Amino acid sequence: MDPLYREYILDHYKNPRNFGELPEPDAEFEDRNPLCGDEMGVQIKLDGDRIEDVRFHGQGCAISQATASIISDELKGKTVAEVAALGRGFIAEEIGIELSPTRLKCGLLSLKVVQGALLGTDEWPSGTPDEDPDAAEVAKLRNEI
Amino acid sequence: MQAAATASAGLESVRAEFPILAREIEGQPIAYLDSAATSQKPESVIEAISSYYRNSNANVHRSMHQLAAEAEELYEHGRSRVAALVGADPGEIVFVRNATEAINLVRFTWAREHLGPGDVVLITAMEHHSNVVPWQLACEAAGARLEYVEIDARGRLDLSDLDARLAGGVKLLALTHVSNVLGTINPVAEVSERAHAAGAAVLIDGAQAVPQLPVDVRATGADFYAFTGHKMYGPTGIGMLWARRALLEEMPPFLGGGSMIKAVADDHSTWAAPPAKFEAGTPAIAEAAGLAAAVDFMTGIGMETLRAHEQELTAYALERISAMPGVTVYGPMVAAERGALVSFTVEGIHPHDLAEICNRAGVAIRAGHHCAQPLMRRLGVPATARASFGVYNTPTEVDRLTDALEGAQRVFGV
Repeated sequence: MDPLYREYILDHYKNPRNFGELPEPDAEFEDRNPLCGDEMGVQIKLDGDRIEDVRFHGQGCAISQATASIISDELKGKTVAEVAALGRGFIAEEIGIELSPTRLKCGLLSLKVVQGALLGTDEWPSGTPDEDPDAAEVAKLRNEI
Repeated sequence: MQAAATASAGLESVRAEFPILAREIEGQPIAYLDSAATSQKPESVIEAISSYYRNSNANVHRSMHQLAAEAEELYEHGRSRVAALVGADPGEIVFVRNATEAINLVRFTWAREHLGPGDVVLITAMEHHSNVVPWQLACEAAGARLEYVEIDARGRLDLSDLDARLAGGVKLLALTHVSNVLGTINPVAEVSERAHAAGAAVLIDGAQAVPQLPVDVRATGADFYAFTGHKMYGPTGIGMLWARRALLEEMPPFLGGGSMIKAVADDHSTWAAPPAKFEAGTPAIAEAAGLAAAVDFMTGIGMETLRAHEQELTAYALERISAMPGVTVYGPMVAAERGALVSFTVEGIHPHDLAEICNRAGVAIRAGHHCAQPLMRRLGVPATARASFGVYNTPTEVDRLTDALEGAQRVFGV
């Protein structure tokens, strides 16, 4: 059994929940992962400062699309402040696996557009590694291979 | 299906010259099918770079001592070797960082003096971003217009569209010799002739062509020909612009600085003769030494032999991949009409997921838009997967690819 492409992920990829459009959304945002071209947009209906309903749309790899589907129901009922606090740990918990550095942004793109819609930010969610590579990893590449 | 017996099986000994091919990925020998992105490097290239730093390191052009003379000799030998490979005079080869910089050099020199309001720059629907974005910027700066020659359903240039557009005041036709996505080998000599007849200059992006085809830059009919070291078994950080001598003479300088001047007065300067006129600052000396070794490696095999091996491999890959259910292959279906790569999509599986699953089998392929978004739009896909071949690849590696793709189909249940 492949730990990444488990039935759970593939089911959400093939049958995404809360995908489509919302009439008259209160907030919306879309973005793409420039490296690989994954596209993701979100529309949100608010009740006060709580998410009442959410719809994603986009195209991309199984990880980006399935993650959006998986978190969609979880997001309903959360406040803007609660969404602001979500990061890499939330995604790992929701999809049940820690993503490798090459796929992390696939998994974080849906949360990024939600935070973009609600907070007006264009930043990646907290926990996204910055561009500065880990010194120990670099040392390994320089000495051990 | 068994791997096709290959007439060029002798080339399998070539693999031993590439240290990196001994690596294992995910516990399996690497099947490196991403040479269109960058080729691997033979021991001789790695050794030439290392030897330069160990034995001959000095700056070029500006010293009388022994090491400086050796550095100069290695640097200029790189130029003469690469010139010989493509049928050029060494004085017509300008060293830059990569093919992108070679194209931008033309944009900032020739195009600045020749493009004006209302002019047209014609490119094709199959260009890499490196031959799209510079011309978008050049057109914006000059008030000129950018147009595309369209392609047919099998990814070949539409020559009647070319003729129609050439009639409209085209100053420059910029096209790729070999498409990095479709594999299409463009009929560059014929296209250049038509463009010149219409009064347009011709720039050819040869980044994919020089590593795999016998190329004679004069025979292409081009005025400018851009290519790069790292795709032709050489190092990163060194690329080449070939241009006809008369053009290099009349073009203004690109970057200003040391080495590109004849004399510097307080308020103005005069320029060195080409190619030095376009090579400001300390150049990529170690890379030029490595490039010479790369050319020796290629000519040692022979470009005809190299091409025959890769064409055979491509034919086999086309046959195997296109026979898979749910698979769409892009570009010409005849290996003789294409370079050594196959782009494809698999129904129900995104290319990134394909590439990830292939990696688990030690098979390195590329997935994405391949820096060709205008082409992706015309193909109607967000991305493709691409397997591309070098002289070191084997039919067995193609079999490993198709096995991995079948494995991906099982995982995704498609």
